[in-house]
Amino acid sequence: MNRTVTQPGTRGQEQAPAAGRRRKYVLRLYVAGATARSRQAILRARQLCEAELHRNYELEVIDIYQQPILARDGQILATPTLVKEFPKPVRRFIGNLSNLTGLFVGMDLETQGTTRL
Amino acid sequence: MAMTKHLPSSTCPTTALPKCPTGIQGLDEITGGGLPRGRPTLVCGGAGCGKTLLATEFLVRGAAQFGEPGVFMAFEETDAELKANVASLGFDLAGMVRRKQIALDSVQVERSEIQETGEYDLEGLFVRLNHAIDSIGAKRVVLDTLEVLFASLPNEGILRAELRRLFRWLKDKGVTAVITAERGRDQLTRHGLEEYVSDCVILLDHRVHDQIATRHLRVVKYRGALHGTNEFPFLIGEEGIGVLPVTSLGLNHQVSNERISTGIPRLDAMLSGRGFFRGSSILLTGTPGTGKTSVAACFAQAAARRGERVLFFSFEESPNQIIRNLRSIGLRLEPLVRRGWLRFHAARPTLCGLEMHLATMFKEIAAFQPAIVIVDPITSLLTAGTDYETKGMVTRLIDFLKGGQVTSLFTSLTHGGHALAQSEIAMSSLMDAWLLLQDLEGNGERNRVLYVLKARGMAHSNQVREFLISNRGIDLVDAYIGPSGVLTGAARVAQTAREQADALASQQEAARHQRELENKRATLERQIAELRSEHEADEAELRRVNAQMDTRMRLLTAERTELGRLRQADALVAAGARSQPKTQRRDGRPRPTPRRSTRTRKS
Repeated sequence: MNRTVTQPGTRGQEQAPAAGRRRKYVLRLYVAGATARSRQAILRARQLCEAELHRNYELEVIDIYQQPILARDGQILATPTLVKEFPKPVRRFIGNLSNLTGLFVGMDLETQGTTRL
Repeated sequence: MAMTKHLPSSTCPTTALPKCPTGIQGLDEITGGGLPRGRPTLVCGGAGCGKTLLATEFLVRGAAQFGEPGVFMAFEETDAELKANVASLGFDLAGMVRRKQIALDSVQVERSEIQETGEYDLEGLFVRLNHAIDSIGAKRVVLDTLEVLFASLPNEGILRAELRRLFRWLKDKGVTAVITAERGRDQLTRHGLEEYVSDCVILLDHRVHDQIATRHLRVVKYRGALHGTNEFPFLIGEEGIGVLPVTSLGLNHQVSNERISTGIPRLDAMLSGRGFFRGSSILLTGTPGTGKTSVAACFAQAAARRGERVLFFSFEESPNQIIRNLRSIGLRLEPLVRRGWLRFHAARPTLCGLEMHLATMFKEIAAFQPAIVIVDPITSLLTAGTDYETKGMVTRLIDFLKGGQVTSLFTSLTHGGHALAQSEIAMSSLMDAWLLLQDLEGNGERNRVLYVLKARGMAHSNQVREFLISNRGIDLVDAYIGPSGVLTGAARVAQTAREQADALASQQEAARHQRELENKRATLERQIAELRSEHEADEAELRRVNAQMDTRMRLLTAERTELGRLRQADALVAAGARSQPKTQRRDGRPRPTPRRSTRTRKS
């Protein structure tokens, strides 16, 4: 999303080249196996990304049963967990993404109105 | 272990829970073998009580001593902090991780990062734990501390449901788990974890009493097994936690019949001539200034000179002061210290708690391996604990020493007076021999006396002796029992002088009688000599008279013969003149008489 932000000093300089290139979201969705909850979470995550992020994202789905070491490295406790790696700060959204009230604020998104909250 | 010997015979061993030994000194004894195998144990306590250390030691010793790998899931500490903790126990965590003895998983949960968006579960935790357990084949698990989750995760309902599931899962997995939790105000733990962990609960405590801090441990609950429910003090030392339970001490020591000298010959004589039994415990009580340290030092010197090592614990004076003071009574301790026969260990009693003192003493004794241990004085340790605690500590110390057949001497300070203090009576029941040093006041002076109040196993003198300390050492002198009571000091000296004078007088009397007798004998002998000489004179006289008579008789006979001859003269003269030899020559000189032949004549 293009966002005009007026920042003093050096931030302004960084802003100029970034304005030409959209900020890319790096998201990781950790699920536990192929349960209904997992499937629902994956579905809703994809929908959200398509609707709000417009191909400006990178979504990776990780099954912690298959790759338990990644669960440890990613410090995952709850599943499903959607981790926003970029842009900083890192945010973790635990749950099956049925309640997106806080998600938008957390993801720094402005809803376009297409996504049901 | 030792505890199992004390179980009543009605307990059926086949239905007892299998136990998982912790390797923590003393804890296995209290719990009768260790923690319940395959079940979770809750360890709760306040901040800084040692919960994490206990859990860490359980895991590390399990891997190192019992060959059971373990998983440490840390919610509060980082890897670096864990390494430091383990290093403090003397183990190398990195090495153990490399050798697949321990698996670490450090769970970092940041509340500010988390946002709830719907239903979830804690499968991530399960997956990580499972992965860690399977990666090394762990039999032990530590979760330190799950309470962090209560602060981090927004939905407590989900959390509690998942925790219930977690503990069921741990039981199914067959691992022995230790869960740490913080002590709550009204309930056992702050968040009520005891609801899920009900097989075994251990409570740790860190109390301050009279400015001394002591740690205590209590097994609150142990399902399916007998356990000591009392509070046991414990220490955190260089090798981890050490619990020293009194109940595990049996009363079956080896005993010796050997007797050792006290260093004071007359004291040995009071103890049926030979001194104390080796391995016995001796209490020496006295009012201030009666010379307890001197007696103890005499004992030490005698033992060291015999070639036995002596360890002297001093709680009031510094070693140099003791050495200097005892030089004044003729005890040379410095050479013994230099040659390593005598070692001093001094500490202020208020330096640390009783448990720490005891642990330090155990360590010193184990390192030096003495044959004699002296504690001077034991009563100063009363300031570091209550009477009950001190007695417990002394019991444990004596038990430890008797187990190694080490003779122990304890000096104890009393307030004086004839009534013995309660603490002394309580302490004396632990002792095999009890010597009492007392001050007797009278005649304007104070004199010390020594009593042997009790000496188990031997005949001892029940008479009091006066106790003298001079620059030649300690001496015991018979105190005189006069009509007015025991005489000591100047009165005794006066009595001694009087008795000596009496003895001298009677001696002189006897000498005088002897001399009289001698005189009488001399007189008698003189008389006898006189009589004898008189008798001899008489005898000589008689002989002389006899000789005279003989001569007269001979003359008479010759005269008669001559007369006869003359009367028968004429006829015989001629015959006789021829037959008779001429006795005279012509000129008148006598002719020699012809010798008569010895041949018998025929007549």
